Formats: sequence, structure tokens, C-alpha cells
Amino acid sequence: MSLLSTTRRRLGACLLGLVMAAAVHAQGNLEIDTPAIAALKQSMQKRHAQLAPLYAAGAVGLAADGTVALRDAGSVPLAQRTQANAAIAAENADRAALYREIARANDHPEWEADVRRTFAQRWIDRAQPGWWVQQGGKWVQK
Amino acid sequence: MPDASRWLLAAVLAMSASACVTINIYFPAAAAEKAADRIIDEVWQLREGAAAAPAPGPAQGESK
Repeated sequence: MSLLSTTRRRLGACLLGLVMAAAVHAQGNLEIDTPAIAALKQSMQKRHAQLAPLYAAGAVGLAADGTVALRDAGSVPLAQRTQANAAIAAENADRAALYREIARANDHPEWEADVRRTFAQRWIDRAQPGWWVQQGGKWVQK
Repeated sequence: MPDASRWLLAAVLAMSASACVTINIYFPAAAAEKAADRIIDEVWQLREGAAAAPAPGPAQGESK
């Protein structure tokens, strides 16, 4: 009898957990408010002032793997090419760290690739008209 | 007979426990999309609030 009641209690606890998990799901929020993520966002936001003209000029595009890539080096004046390359490398380092941190902040480091895929799609979907994005292995202008 | 019911309970318990685990392992795609949009809004400063706060000039100084 006591085994049965313990089992029942456990089952109840598990069901409660299930309902709560479902509720969290329905609410649908990933944890993104951590100091590490905030710092990455700020760093990327600051760099965006430098990258935005490069997107608009078609020099840099949004790649399918959630990174940014030098698409047309010719449209960057020679004097600014090193700086542009540095910005691209720094941006990609921040983005990789961001995807990793989001997966980690939600206690699922194995979600990193899924997070990256989701971001890749959203960066591309939300790119401004005139920017270049990678779709199906090809560069297309939005 | 009590043996059989004990087995049944154990089976149900195991199944519900695995259901709990499954729900947590599943990648919440919709939530991730929402999180991505929130971050993209901030990084690209696409929200009205974010756009209104800083000076609108495209060329900004390095430090405040």
C-alpha cells in the first residue's frame, strides 16, 4: 500500500513536471538575458555601424551558416580592406560565441547548431532591401 | 497478481519519466526564433525605441 501511494505521488510529481514543462513551452521563451549574451549583443551592435555600409554596398553578405562573409572585395577600397576583414572576423567570432552562449544559458549546449541555424534564417529573412544573402548556395540581393 | 500490478506501475512510471526527458531535450524552434528576433532587433537597432535613442547620424564616434 505504501509502495502504491509513493508511486502515485511520484507519478503525480512527474505529471506536474510535464504540465509545467508544457507551460514553459507554450510560453516559449529561451533564456537570453545573461551577462555574456548582453556583452556580445552590445559588441555586435557597436560593430553594426561599421558593417551596415558594407552590407549596403554588397561587399559583405549574410551567409547561410549564420556568419557574415566577404562577398565582393572589389567594392571595398583597398585602404579599407584590412579593416573590413577585421570587422568580419570579429563579427563571426561574436556570432559563434552568441550561438554557443544561448545554448549554454538554456542548459543545452548541444542546441548550438540549432540556434545557429535559426539565427542564420532570421538574419537572412530580416536583411534590408539591397543587402546580399546566401540562399541555396548562391548570393542573391534582397 | 500484486506482482503483475507492480510491473504495470513500473512500466507506466518508466514511460512517463521518459516523456519528461523527451520534452526537455526537444529543441524549441519557435522560442528560438523569437529569441533570435529580439537579439537581431537590438543588434540592427530595428525597433523604434532603439532607433530613437542614439543620434541618427550614420557616422558615430568610437567612444562616448
